Order: sequence, then C-alpha cells, then structure tokens
Amino acid sequence: MTGTLRVEIWRGAEDGRFEAFEVPTQPNQTVLDLVTYVQRKLDPSLAYRFACRVGVCGSCAMTVNGTPRWTCRTLVRKVAADGRVRVAPLRNLPVIKDLATEMAPFFDKGQEARGRFIPSDPSAKAVATIPPEDPKRKEADGGIECIGCAVCYAACDVVAWRPEYLGPAALNRAWTLVNDARDGDATGHLQAVAEDAGCHACHAHQSCAEHCPVGLNPARSIAGLKRLVILAALRGQL
Amino acid sequence: MRHHPSYRAFLAHRLSGIALALFLPVHLLVLGLAVETAALDGFLDWAAQPMVKAAEAILVVLLALHMFGGLRLLAIELLPWSDRQKDWIGWAAAAALAVGAGFVLRSLA
Repeated sequence: MTGTLRVEIWRGAEDGRFEAFEVPTQPNQTVLDLVTYVQRKLDPSLAYRFACRVGVCGSCAMTVNGTPRWTCRTLVRKVAADGRVRVAPLRNLPVIKDLATEMAPFFDKGQEARGRFIPSDPSAKAVATIPPEDPKRKEADGGIECIGCAVCYAACDVVAWRPEYLGPAALNRAWTLVNDARDGDATGHLQAVAEDAGCHACHAHQSCAEHCPVGLNPARSIAGLKRLVILAALRGQL
Repeated sequence: MRHHPSYRAFLAHRLSGIALALFLPVHLLVLGLAVETAALDGFLDWAAQPMVKAAEAILVVLLALHMFGGLRLLAIELLPWSDRQKDWIGWAAAAALAVGAGFVLRSLA
C-alpha cells in the first residue's frame, strides 16, 4: 500500500470548513496517524486531541466518514474503501478548534445524572465484599468499564434532537451506581435520571451500543434505569 | 451511523405512527358518515375499489407494525434485558406482514 490518500479535515470552529491534504499511505496506518502526519508535516496549526495512541484513554475520538470512532483504533484501509477519508470533530459537542471539542457539557451531564459515588458508610474502614456472582454486581459489570470517551454521546440522535438529554454515558454511570452495594443513595440517583431529559427521553435507537469502541451497552443500562424509575415511582419514592 | 436494525425499527415505528395519526381523522370522519346511510353507502362503494382495498391492506400492515413495534419497546423497557431483543425486530416485522396477508386473504375470500 503506497501512494497518497486525500484526507479532508475540519478546520475552524462551528462555522469552519473541510480542508483537503494529501498524506502518504503506510501499511496498517490508523486515522490518528493521518491526522498526526498532517499536523507534523503539513500544517502545525491543526488542533486535535490524543494521548495514549493504543485504545486505552479514549481521547482521540473523532468523526470518521460520518461515524464517531477512536481514531487510534481505526485502520485507514477499513474506512477508506473509496479512497477518501473525512475527519471531523465529535458530534453533539461544541467545537473549540479543528478536531478538538469542548468536553465540559459531556462531563457536566455525568454530574447532572448524579453520577458520583455516595458512600453509604463514609467511616467504613473494611473493604466491602461483593461476590462476583451477585446479580447487581453482574448488572454493573459492563457499565463500569466505560472510560467516558463520548463516542456514544456523539452517536446519539436523541442528544442531537434534545441537547439537554443526559445521554448514554451519564445514564450508564448512574446505572452502575444504583447497582453498587456500597452506594447509599440509590433513590437520589434515580431522582436525577427520572427528570424530563433523563432516561425516559431515550428512544432505544441503540446507536450507543452499536458504536461503543469497547462493546458496552448503555442502552441496556438505560432500560434498567427506566424499570427502576417506574418501580420507584409506583412505591412513591420519587 | 444509523445503519443498524434498532434504528430502522425506530424509524418504522415512528413513520407508521405518523401515518396512523394522519389516518385517524379520516377514519373518524367516515364513522361520522354512519349516521347518514346514503353517504356511508356511497363511501363503502368507493372503498370497495381494488386500489382502495390495497391501500387499506397497507394501513393494516402499518397498524400491526406499530402495535408489534410498541410491544417490542415495552418488552425492552419493562422486562429484564435480553440479547435476543434484536430478533424481536424481525418477529415484529414478520407478524405485521402476516396480519396484512391475513387481511388480503380475507378480502379476497
């Protein structure tokens, strides 16, 4: 695989445009490699975000040919079937510059969903024992692997239609907490996600699960929250 | 980004819902005609035409699709999660087509 590839990259903020670059191709090249080449060799003013380059940190998420992905884990040959790669910033987030988005709204929603651990016994000294076969531990099993890369948030059409919607990642986080035996505020978490823009705003498109780079299923977590919110409402706890 | 079965199921549910919402006022209007026998008979003659019957069969499929799609959503949201839930999309579509086929066969009988 030799020659060059036409790479179109978003430049500017919200009102920017795509700029084309010719990048030499390499075997097993990733989309992050393309962007890095442009920034190092062609235009040092290109802004983008990455850290680990090996699919651990999740900070290199961008929109590649219309699909949100981790660029470090996306091989060019898998996405450039028609010899073209178009790289844009993540959807549903404000663009700071070029490929770098403002992540604050995404993380703020984690707090709005009360996605923080509330210890049931802040003075506890012993480590809580939770058997791996515990049904609630199993429910939280997948969800706790989320590293907050915002790919699901960018893939979600409900977030695009209702910007105040908490989104898959924040709701998934809340789901892990209501299933955490050490957490002392399950009702508080449910109250936070029972709001108008909370779990019940989800239309079960399941684009979150389709696009999660580590194969998690936030749609499953959201469905679980919906059930618990209904039960809590019937019990008069909300 | 939207090329996956669950999104298509959402679209089918939403579009069939919109079509049914548009149909409902017409349906109620025809029901209103029932108090005037002559007007209703005139409408029923019109509705017996093959093209109208075919449109009616499509309407029945849409109604069934919306109903089975709704049952699928209720199952996703109220029952414990099942990884078979994507198969339910196929079952809902098949059941809707079966209801439509049943309607056509009944009309031909």
